[in-house]
Order: sequence, then structure tokens, then C-alpha cells
Amino acid sequence: MSTRLASGGRLIDRHTTRTFTFNGKRLSGHDGDTLASALLANGQTLMGRSFKYHRPRGVVASGAEEPNALMGIGEGGRFEPNQRATTTEIFDGLTAKTQNHWPSLDFDVGAVNAMVPRLLPAGFYYKTFMFPRPFWKHVFEPVIRKSAGLGAAPKDRDADRYEHFYAHVDLLVAGGGIAGLQAALRAGQAGLRVLLVEQTAHWGGRAPVDGVEIGGKPAEEWINDTLQALEGMENVCIRTRSMASGVYDHGYALVYERLTDHAPEMGGPRHRLWRVRAGQIITATGAIERPLSFAGNDIPGVMLASALRDYVVNWGISPGDRTVIVTNNDDAYRTALVLHEAGLAVPAIVDARPSATGDLPQAAREAGIRVLTGTGIAEVKGRKSVTGVVLCAQAGEGAATDEIACEAVAMSGGWSPVVHLWSHCGGKLIWDAERSHFRPDAARAPTGHDGKPFVITAGAASGAETAGDVLADAKTAAGAAADALGRSLPDLDAAGTNDPHEEPMAPVWIMPQGAGPAKRMKMWLDYQNDVKVSDVRLAAQEGYESVEHTKRYTTLGMATDQGKLSNINGLATLAGALNAEIPAVGTTTFRPPYTPISMGAIAGEARDATFQPLRRTPIHDYHEDQGAYMEPVGHWRRPYTYPKTGESHAESVHREVLATRNSLGLLDASTLGKILVKGPDAGKFLDMLYTNMMSTLKPGKCRYGLMCNENGFLMDDGVVARLDEDTFLVHTTSGGAEHTHAHMEDWLQCEWWDWKVHTVNITEQFAQIAVVGPNARKLLEKMGGDMDLSAEALPFMGWAEGRIGGFDARVFRISFSGELSYEIAIPASQGRAFWDAALEAGGTWDITPYGTEALHIMRAEKGFIMIGDETDGTVIPQDLGLNWAISKKKEDYMGKRAQARSHMTDPTRWKLVGLETTDGSTLPDGAYCIAAGTNANNQRNVQGRVTSTYHSPTLGRGIAMGLVLNGPDRMGDIVEFNKVDGGTVAAKIVDPVFFDKDGEKQNV
Amino acid sequence: MLILECPNCGVMADETELSAGGEAHLKRFGPGSSDEEFEGYLFHRANPKGVHFERWRHANGCGKWFHAARCTNTLEVFATYTAQTSTVPDTVIAAIKAKRPDWSHET
Repeated sequence: MSTRLASGGRLIDRHTTRTFTFNGKRLSGHDGDTLASALLANGQTLMGRSFKYHRPRGVVASGAEEPNALMGIGEGGRFEPNQRATTTEIFDGLTAKTQNHWPSLDFDVGAVNAMVPRLLPAGFYYKTFMFPRPFWKHVFEPVIRKSAGLGAAPKDRDADRYEHFYAHVDLLVAGGGIAGLQAALRAGQAGLRVLLVEQTAHWGGRAPVDGVEIGGKPAEEWINDTLQALEGMENVCIRTRSMASGVYDHGYALVYERLTDHAPEMGGPRHRLWRVRAGQIITATGAIERPLSFAGNDIPGVMLASALRDYVVNWGISPGDRTVIVTNNDDAYRTALVLHEAGLAVPAIVDARPSATGDLPQAAREAGIRVLTGTGIAEVKGRKSVTGVVLCAQAGEGAATDEIACEAVAMSGGWSPVVHLWSHCGGKLIWDAERSHFRPDAARAPTGHDGKPFVITAGAASGAETAGDVLADAKTAAGAAADALGRSLPDLDAAGTNDPHEEPMAPVWIMPQGAGPAKRMKMWLDYQNDVKVSDVRLAAQEGYESVEHTKRYTTLGMATDQGKLSNINGLATLAGALNAEIPAVGTTTFRPPYTPISMGAIAGEARDATFQPLRRTPIHDYHEDQGAYMEPVGHWRRPYTYPKTGESHAESVHREVLATRNSLGLLDASTLGKILVKGPDAGKFLDMLYTNMMSTLKPGKCRYGLMCNENGFLMDDGVVARLDEDTFLVHTTSGGAEHTHAHMEDWLQCEWWDWKVHTVNITEQFAQIAVVGPNARKLLEKMGGDMDLSAEALPFMGWAEGRIGGFDARVFRISFSGELSYEIAIPASQGRAFWDAALEAGGTWDITPYGTEALHIMRAEKGFIMIGDETDGTVIPQDLGLNWAISKKKEDYMGKRAQARSHMTDPTRWKLVGLETTDGSTLPDGAYCIAAGTNANNQRNVQGRVTSTYHSPTLGRGIAMGLVLNGPDRMGDIVEFNKVDGGTVAAKIVDPVFFDKDGEKQNV
Repeated sequence: MLILECPNCGVMADETELSAGGEAHLKRFGPGSSDEEFEGYLFHRANPKGVHFERWRHANGCGKWFHAARCTNTLEVFATYTAQTSTVPDTVIAAIKAKRPDWSHET
């Protein structure tokens, strides 16, 4: 059982006490503890259950690579699943819960999977749950969903705040070990703008734990001196708890800073996502130790040797009274020496190599520790914790030679450089046979916009092993970065280090090398995804020869692991099974983020009111003050209706329609797009954009037009007014102004750049207010001014400028309702005042503001189409009976050629008609018109669909428009439409103009 | 995330400032063109692994369209240049050849 040592622990402050709960139990630790170290101090070695077999699992690592100790941290709006205990710093009130078990961590029903692991080999789900198909939905999926998956999703709204931060620097240094510090120092001295980030709360990485001396002093002193120097440089910014999570195109990088996870009482944003653009990036990301594959290497108490050393040195933890070391290299001997110094027993160092003659093995022997070379572990004893190891000859098949009782096993399979950031943007790797790892190939670095490399590795991330090599490599990296940025560095010698002589490691991919199937089934490659040596071998046997296929088939290195622990061992196993060399098998793709980052950090400030910009019309405040029910239209908010107290939306819409039809309505149409098109070639340009002729329009007149794209499909419609010989004002649909303006600019800039036309989007410069209804003219006359608004002076489809009620106004006599209607453009700053003045003057006629729903109903009663209802990107004007708006004279317009394609001229295209249900009900929106028979999928054949449907208050019945096969030729026919409840409703095909077919109401 | 220099305003623009417009130097075919010509204009696009000519708009900047010659594989940008041309300028071709001697421009 693990416990806290009486002394030691360089990162903890023993004078402090922090209490937290673990599965409801109150425990305590110190400032500086991680959740993992605090749990170990409390004797809690069991920290989770595995993903697939629900095996008991303890902590394996001490940092970001931890695969097992994943927990749900926090509660309610601050709950977050799958947090690593190794990177979670404790604070008063922290709550942690283990996951992946039922009913409890100690007793898990799902662990039955592990007793018969033959039941769940690689690809089990693919092979087993194929048929019968209905079983998938009703039986397999619910059961699998209950038992599979990491952690539980949070149920409550995230209670915290997040932010984005933009930084432009010359050099980003990822990693604050001695390599990163050295590189940042050198670059800082050269005057580069440097951002140095470290994912943990501490600087210096492994050097202080490994007893490194720099310049004759302990590494800690060198680290402090360097930090002091960096802090004194104005051109250098340093950040702890900040992980470079990804490297992207052209020097872009993301850094994930955890500001308050360790101290929630601090306030402010919880996480900050740095969006960095760097001239050069140095990845000083260190290396990660590899596990060894021996039977039972996942039993709680088996840890990476370096992690176990961290727990002793950094947090004063005893992993157990007796620790057996198992290794294929010299580095693990450091762990033995550290344990020995702490007064703990190391019954044996089990070294798979035939001999161990380096400085460190010598030191271990001198300390009286038994070193067994040529030896391996045949099996780890224990279930929920290690009780001992069975030894064997590494060269053999696993026959027991000895058994040693112990509480912990420290394993080391060698080190792999952390190449993730290097690889994210295309950096290639090279296989280093001597050290049995992939390291960055400096000759094939990620390249930027200029085709030159922008990522350089430094220190252990380059493959350097000793502190001396690490510092020298970091110095070189800083020099290369400065060169690339056109700066030069003063040549300084790196400080000397005290590196012991280390003998080469020996590749050991399986222990013992002749282990049979029974042992291979207990050798874990990927703890997190429960992938064993036997699974990878099975995949190879079943033909999954590509490493990418094997990854997906077995889930090796998937999820948050991203190959951190499992990669090399898995590749080596696959290579072994395929009889191939490891470099020939290759690696899987490293994808960002390096470790998971929070969804909140990705969203940043973009939530609630700041999710996207809100556009407000000049009259917006009136709508809100009236309690209007608002609906989004693009980035605008428009009133849907203005319900009075006690009114339902249907009732208020009904009232608004009738008030407008019978007397006077008022509409805020300011969202209408307004684009000024000016120049000698403006008419010619609009002739190309619209299907009908615009160049013949007379100044003072308006014309309705249709705009299509080159595919021939309708994209926008609206009224064009000619202001003078050279100037047109184009009205677009609400929310369509930006798109249409961009469309115009595209053609003007890229195709007809010699045409003399200038366009300006003036949508927000004007409020537009529609005065609608039989009393519309009376209202404007009452408001006064200098304009003659009579039918003779300002006929339908004319416009005029002047003053109304003291306001500068441009009055368009156009109608989207079929009523006498004036759309009045007022300078935006005066829009609200005009609106208020109209409301006041209109009291005589019971003036009624109406919303978008009343607008829609009135246009549908008149059979006017709406872009987005009658059109969906596949509809051409000819489908909508709008041939009258398509010029026959013009040689060309956008979409003309496409509309001549055979599919577009096909007589069986569905065409627009009106629809009236025989029972007066309102058709369901989007309902299909049913035809006889069924299709190949046994679905009812269809011959049309509803595009707009409303209850008409004017007519007191349901009205609809729809596209129907041969519709215009079938007037009076009765057709059936499906309903949501599975039934059908009969409707008669009619003319789409339901109300005032002769236009008498607007012609007054 | 790409950086492209807008040749109109001179800004080194992040991709978030830009909107992509697909292949550059397409020849428009209108009424009177054959089905094959029109199909090619409307639907057929080059998709090379290597040098590609593209349309971009500095949408959240000066608003101007421009062209970019770029490697779709390494993302190297050889040149950005005016949109007011129907052919690739010689200077752009020379800039590409300086970096990719084996490349030849197919027209």
C-alpha cells in the first residue's frame, strides 16, 4: 500500500492541508499535490476501471500521458469527466469521482468481461452485432451504450467563463523543461519576441528529479536563474499551466491555458485559448517513457519507472515498501537509487539485457541492490494490487525461475520523444534503431507559406538523452530559429553537466521474448482502450496490415491517448506479427490536440449574447418594449407578431392581418437589403444579374426582378428602383444583402472588371417602414409634407422623394401584401422618430404594427413567392410560373444557359400551384403530395410538396402553395397530402392567387 | 490556418479574414455554348496535388478579390496577384518555376 514518506517531496508544502473528496470520502493532501499524488499518499492505489474489461486500474504515469486515472471532477455546472488525476492539482473542496464501473469502484459487475477476455477480442462488436438488424436498435445498442464509453457527459450548463487570446510572436517555445528554458533564454537574449509555455505548474521538467547538475550546481538553481533572466526580459512572455495543443498551417498554434482549475476561488476566466501566430516554433516537448509488455502489466502498483521516481522525489510518496524495477535501459536504475535513498526496499532490478555495465547500474550494485540481467517478468501477481512478481529468463518462454514479493513494479521500456506537435503539420519522423524510437527528421520539417521550415525540435523531443545533449541541442535550436527569423545569436558555450555514462538500451517488445498466447492475452499495450498484444496480433492475422487499419480495428492509441504510451509498443508488436521492420510499418497520424482541451475553451466568449453579432433595426427597441415575439432572420431579430395581453400568437397574427387589410398596418421593413449600383454600365450589369430587363427602367420607376446563379437556380428577388440615369437602388431579401452584394462584387471584380459600375451596400443607412392598408395614403397625407402621393402623381411601382411629416423620405409605391402600400425609406437616425410619428398619426385608423407572420400570410394570400420557402436552391423561375419576369430579348443573363439544360426544360418538373384543403384545414408544412404505388424502398411515391402553408384570416380557411407535377394543367383536381399522424388530407389544385386576383385593392 | 498577402491592400491576412472562391481563370460559357463547354465551366474543376491557382476574397478586409498560386500539398504560397486577369501572369509562372523547376503550366 502506498503512503506519504516522513520527509521529502520538492513540490509539496507540508505546512498546508487541503481537503477534498474522492468517491464521497474526505481525504487531505498538501499544496503542490496532484490528485494522483494525494490519493497515493492516502493509500488509494485503485483509481479507476478499464474501458472494456472493467479491470481494476491504478495510476501508471505522473503527467499528461496518464491512461488510467481518469476521473469526473467537480459537480453540477462545474462537472467535467475524464480528467487526469495526474494533471489535476488539488484544492480545498475538490470533488473527484471514479468512472467506468457499476455499482462501485471496488466491486464491478462488468469485470466479468475480464474473466473471459476471449469474449471480447479485437473487432468483437463488428463481428458479433451485425444481424439481425432490428436487434441492433433494441437490444445491442442500449446494452453497449450502458457499459461502454469513458465518463459521463455533464448534464448542467457550464458555469464558468472562457476566453480567447491572440498573440503574434517571433518564436513560440512549447515546453518549459531545461531545453525549452535554454532555447527561450537564448532567443530572448537575441531580442526575439518569445512566448514560452509549460503544460504543468512547474518549470524545469525532469532535470531536478533526475539529479542533473548544470554548471556545477543542482539543476533547480540553474532553472531559477534562467527563469529570473527570462522574467526580466520585456520581449519574453512565460506561462505555466499552458499546453501547446496543436501546430497548424503557416505557423499557427493553439495554447491551452488553465487559469483557475487549481484555484477556483481566483475568479476570472477558467481557461484561455491562445491563438498564436509564430514566425518559428520550437517544440521542447520532452520524451515519454514506454511501458514493457509483460503479463499483468496493468495491475495497480505497476507504474512507469520515471513516474514512480516523480512520486518519490516530487511528492514524497512511498509506492509501497518493496518495489521491483524491470527495465531494458540504464535510466530506470535512477528510480532504484531514489527509492534506496528514501529508505525503501528494492528487492531486485530485473534487466532484460544480458549485461548492465553503465555508471548507474554500477551505482545500484554499490548501494547493495540486486541486479538480475537477462531476466524478465513472467507474470505479476495480484488482482487489485500488486503482491509480487514471478521472474523468468527473458530469452525463454516464461518458466518461473524465482518469485519476489513486492507492492510496486517500476517498468521502463525506453523513451520516445514527444513528436506530436512536430507531426501535426506534416513534420516527418525517422526510426532511430539504436534507441528504438521515432524521432523528428530535421530534414523534413513542417513548412510554412514561404516553403521554409517553421518547426524546430529541442532537447529530448529531438531524441537527445543526456542533460548535456539536451542543452546543446536546445542551443542549436534557438540558433536555427534566430537564423530563420533573420537574427543572429551571440555564441555562448552551454553550461557543463554531470551526466553519467549510460549503456545503450535493448529493444524488448515482449517479455519474455517467447511468451505464448496465454501470457500475450494479459500484456496490455494500450491501457486506456484495453488493447493487448494478442489483439494486435489478431488484427494482423485477420489481414489488417496497415497500421491505420489496425488502429481502427483494435482502437489502439485512439481517444485521448493519441499514441502517447501505446504507440511504439503497438507498432513493434504489429511489425513482429507481420514479420516487417518497424519503420516499414510506420506510425499512425498524430492529430491535435496533444491532450484534450475543454469545449468551453474552444467556444471562448462565443456564447449567449456574444455567440454572434445581433443586428438591430433603428426600430428594434420599440419591438422589444412592446413585448413582440422576435424571430431570427439572418443576424437580425424581427418581430414575428406583437401579442397583446392574453392573446396567443395565432390570435395576434389574425388581428394584425385583418387590421391591415381593413384599415392600416405598419411594418418595420428595415432589414430589407439595399444596394446602390451606380455607373455608366449599371444598367448593363443589372441586365446580367436579373432575369428580366432592368436597363429599360425609367428613372422614378420600380421593377420586380429575379436573380439566379450560374446554375440557373433562384437566389434572390426584390424590387429595383432607378434613381437616375446612372443609379439603381437594388432591394434584396432580408438577410440576403451581404450575399447578394458579394455576388455582385465577384462578377464585377473577376469577370467584368472593365465595366464602369460601383456598388455600395447601404442596408443599414436607411430605416424602411411599410405603411399598408386602405388608409395608408390618408395617414401620410395627415402627417403632412411636400409630396403629392395621389394615384396620379405616384402610381403603383413608382417612387418619389420629398418630406413627410418633417422627415426626409424616399417613398416607394410597392406592395408585398396586395394592399395600397408605401414603403418609406428614412435616414436610419430618424427611423424611430418617423415610426413613432406614424403610430401617433395613425390612431384615427387604429394603426396596427404587424410582424413577419402577418407579412407572410398576406403575401401568400396574394400568391407572392418567398425566397427560401418556394425556393430551396433547386428551383428555377420557370418552376414558379414566373416566365413573365424572364426576358426573352436578352442574349444573356446569369443562369440563362443553365436554364436551357435538358433537366431544367424537362416538362415533368414540379410547378407552383395554389392548394386548398377540401375541409378548410391548414396543410402541414413540407407535406408531400402522394402518388400511386411505392418506390424501391417501399415508400409511397410522391408528385409534389407544400412550400408555404397558412391559415388565412382574410378567407377564414387554410391556404397553401406547393410544387406539383403538371400542377398548372390540373386546376380543380383533388390530390392527397400526407400528415404527421400518418393520415392524409385532400386538397384542390387552384390558382396561387387566393385574394383580390385583379389587384383592385392596391390599384387605388 | 493559411496566411495570404492581399495584393490589393498589402495585408498579410489570416485565413479568417478571407473567403475562398475555388479555381481561378475559369472561362465563362453562356448562351450558345455546347453542353460539353457549359458542363466543363459549371462543374469540372482541377484538383491537383501541387500547384493550384485559386480565387480568394479579402472578405473581412478590403473586400477585394485576388488570385493565389499555391501548393495544395505543402501549402507553400508562390504568389498572390490581381483578379483582373484571365491568364496567369508571367511573373507568377516564373515565381513558381523558381521553386518547382519540374512544374509546367498547362493551359
